[in-house]
Amino acid sequence: MAQFILPPNSRVEKGKTFRAENGTANIRRFLVYRYDPDGDENPRLDTYELDMNDCGPMVLDALIKIKNEIDPTLTFRRSCREGICGSCAMNIAGVNTLACTYANEDIKGDIKVYPLPHMPIVKDLVPDLSNFYAQYASIKPWLQTRTPAPPDRERLQSKADQEKIDSPSACILCACCSTSCPSYWWNSEKFLGPAVLLAAFRWLVDTRDEATGERLDDLEDSFKLYRCHTIMNCTNACPKDLNPARAIAETKKMLIARRH
Amino acid sequence: MVLGLGSAKHGTGHWWAQRVTAAALIPLGLWFAISLLGLPVADYSAVRSWLAQPLNSTLMILLIVSVLHHSQLGVQVVVEDYVHDDSLKFMTLTVSRLLHVALAVAAIYALISIALGSAT
Repeated sequence: MAQFILPPNSRVEKGKTFRAENGTANIRRFLVYRYDPDGDENPRLDTYELDMNDCGPMVLDALIKIKNEIDPTLTFRRSCREGICGSCAMNIAGVNTLACTYANEDIKGDIKVYPLPHMPIVKDLVPDLSNFYAQYASIKPWLQTRTPAPPDRERLQSKADQEKIDSPSACILCACCSTSCPSYWWNSEKFLGPAVLLAAFRWLVDTRDEATGERLDDLEDSFKLYRCHTIMNCTNACPKDLNPARAIAETKKMLIARRH
Repeated sequence: MVLGLGSAKHGTGHWWAQRVTAAALIPLGLWFAISLLGLPVADYSAVRSWLAQPLNSTLMILLIVSVLHHSQLGVQVVVEDYVHDDSLKFMTLTVSRLLHVALAVAAIYALISIALGSAT
């Protein structure tokens, strides 16, 4: 059965508290999930008090400040700090989002930072995305053609054709959507999840691609595609304002269309 | 692991049938609810003779088939979502399917009996 209660060794315990120096005026508390699967300890929630007068505006700025100035053992992924690499996806104040584009001032009270939900943890805020990436590879995310390309130029697209793939190809594969989806929590080994289905859709609607039928064949599966029950957490979560739920609905419509 | 046993090439029919039965249940459900309101439901013979009318029997059979088909599809989704033990899953799905068919047959048989006046 699906598990609804964490096993005893996964329950989050109260962790250490790192207090700000006395006399600090503008303090905010960051409660950060800490876990090292190599040790025997349970996960814990450490508390860091930060002087917000000396901290950048985003949650990622606060995490970097914690790592640089308070606790170098804190582990998280980050790279571009401008919402285009998808590395710093995590669960902040209860929502899956990018730490680099989520402002501290948009959160009331203590700022809770957890890793993306329901994923194996490598350490602290770093989830293991191996299965997610393997699923992405399984949908063959590249152009497949049968006819030869024109000898003297690229395969050209009309402006309207390009607009069809503009939105789905803006996905940065941060996994915020897939890890917010209950269906993906319960069946991530079989259900492809919203991010991968959005990527699949990007190739389904690419007018240059000539493997649409095979792509639909591969998706037509009660688990790969039809575990989506239109919960729409994916669209809510997407930090790039994309709409995986709509892409999945359109995919289902294509599968109906080819039967009639 | 990710590729598993490959695509089942199946699922669209199930998904579509769930939508079609849901759509059918809107008028059928409304008809049934409104009819019940106008019936003396405590009066056994009045309800029987209402059910025995050809139009009512026909709509009732359609309602039963739609409800039970929709229910079977829905239960299947719930089981596939939450039951991860393969043998338990197959057993639950098979039992659920047989139960739904048995219920449908029993209900339709009862209705035909009433309509043809053979039941007492």
